[in-house]
Amino acid sequence: MTTHRIRVELPAHLRNLAQVHGEVTLEVAAPLTLRTVLDALEARYPMLAGTIRDHGTQQRRAFLRFFACEEDISHQSPDTPLPEAIATAREPLLIIGAIAGG
Amino acid sequence: MSKVRVLVGTRKGAFVLTSDGKRDKWDVSGPHFAGWEMYHLKGSPVDPNRIYASQSSGWFGQVVQRSDDGGQTWSPVGNKFAYEGVPGTHQWYDGTAHPWEFKRVWHLEPSLTDPDTVYAGIEDAAIFRSTDGGQNWSELPGLREHGSGPRWQPGAGGMCLHTILLDPSDPQRMYIAISAAGAFRTDDGGKTWQPINQGLHSQYIPDPKADVGHCVHHIAMHPSRPTTLFMQKHWDVMRSDNAGDHWHEISGNLPTDFGFAIDVHAHEPETIYVVPIKSDSEHFPLDGQLRVYRSRTGGNEWEPLTKGLPQSDCYVNVLRDAMAVDQLDSCGVYFGTTGGQVYVSPDAGDTWSPIVRDLPAVLSVEVQTIP
Repeated sequence: MTTHRIRVELPAHLRNLAQVHGEVTLEVAAPLTLRTVLDALEARYPMLAGTIRDHGTQQRRAFLRFFACEEDISHQSPDTPLPEAIATAREPLLIIGAIAGG
Repeated sequence: MSKVRVLVGTRKGAFVLTSDGKRDKWDVSGPHFAGWEMYHLKGSPVDPNRIYASQSSGWFGQVVQRSDDGGQTWSPVGNKFAYEGVPGTHQWYDGTAHPWEFKRVWHLEPSLTDPDTVYAGIEDAAIFRSTDGGQNWSELPGLREHGSGPRWQPGAGGMCLHTILLDPSDPQRMYIAISAAGAFRTDDGGKTWQPINQGLHSQYIPDPKADVGHCVHHIAMHPSRPTTLFMQKHWDVMRSDNAGDHWHEISGNLPTDFGFAIDVHAHEPETIYVVPIKSDSEHFPLDGQLRVYRSRTGGNEWEPLTKGLPQSDCYVNVLRDAMAVDQLDSCGVYFGTTGGQVYVSPDAGDTWSPIVRDLPAVLSVEVQTIP
């Protein structure tokens, strides 16, 4: 089975919650998609379950966005293959909290 | 000498304030969970080192934290609050049917006998229980499935279950309150519930004497008299002497009977405290004077407590879960404000002083008395 060693960057509050510093490195079995990455992330850091996507619906939380290679992939199907640069860890998958306020 | 530990939840983190029995010098620890909304923290009555905390965020949803060492270190526990079955609908603000959706945990109530058992009051209103220290949560669906559920409507702050009272004399009996459905009681450990709103009168709803729909802000009880309940309703301070079967008004000479917080003296079951707030359109004290009112007669006759509290230009609010008492011989009374002050009175309300002045807006205050 093919596995990908990838990089994920979390928002600061989720880094604190998961007690990690800097980027997270994950081993993810193919196919490499947003869904499989988030599954692997939550398996390794169970405290993140429910904080990025809703427990019940598995929908992305409204104030979070996913970026890959400078592209907002938040509205893509979670089963869309992620870019090669993510699969080879040349680029991190970014999970970003919206800047909200006024 | 005994010490007290004050657990403070704020809009931007949690703080732990500790002092010895004199309660004049304080150590301040925090912010814990900086940047997160901490709706409520509460310690187990049987294991004071066991503390549960509700941590939430508009970005990241709900987290529940647990400490096993009195708040020095914390671990996230379970945060999955799934309604039993198909949750159905309640009324939305405009009267239309709206699906039940989990939003956050407002209140955590640890069991009186088992440190691993804890109840959670959530928005949209329901009660959950964990029996494994917060790892897994199960709804007690009989409350939400009470036949009146489709008629419940959110208050301005959301449709929250914010009060859970456990009867120390009867483990099968609990009281809860929901804004704006009202108060409910179970006598069978949470399987079935009945509304206990008879005697409440709310001008702002279509039927002022309806069985449900009242905006109950908070309920307090003295553990030695678990059938006597004191309620701060949206307007009106109320009392029941028969476990909520009937309520009567005890606002008496209060200058305004709108407010959020209410509590009972630790050793005098007829001594109660409220913080009158000017109105529901101006959530601040009357005339810019922050005054706690105390009744030593179980209501109706109230005296203002002002010594040490700002008596001019004060426009803070005191929210429903932001008042508590300790168990020391001279009962300490505590409350937090939306201006970030936490006040203590070590003499049952006669004199007050701020423990801290500049925290984020205070959402909740609980006190542990530690031998």
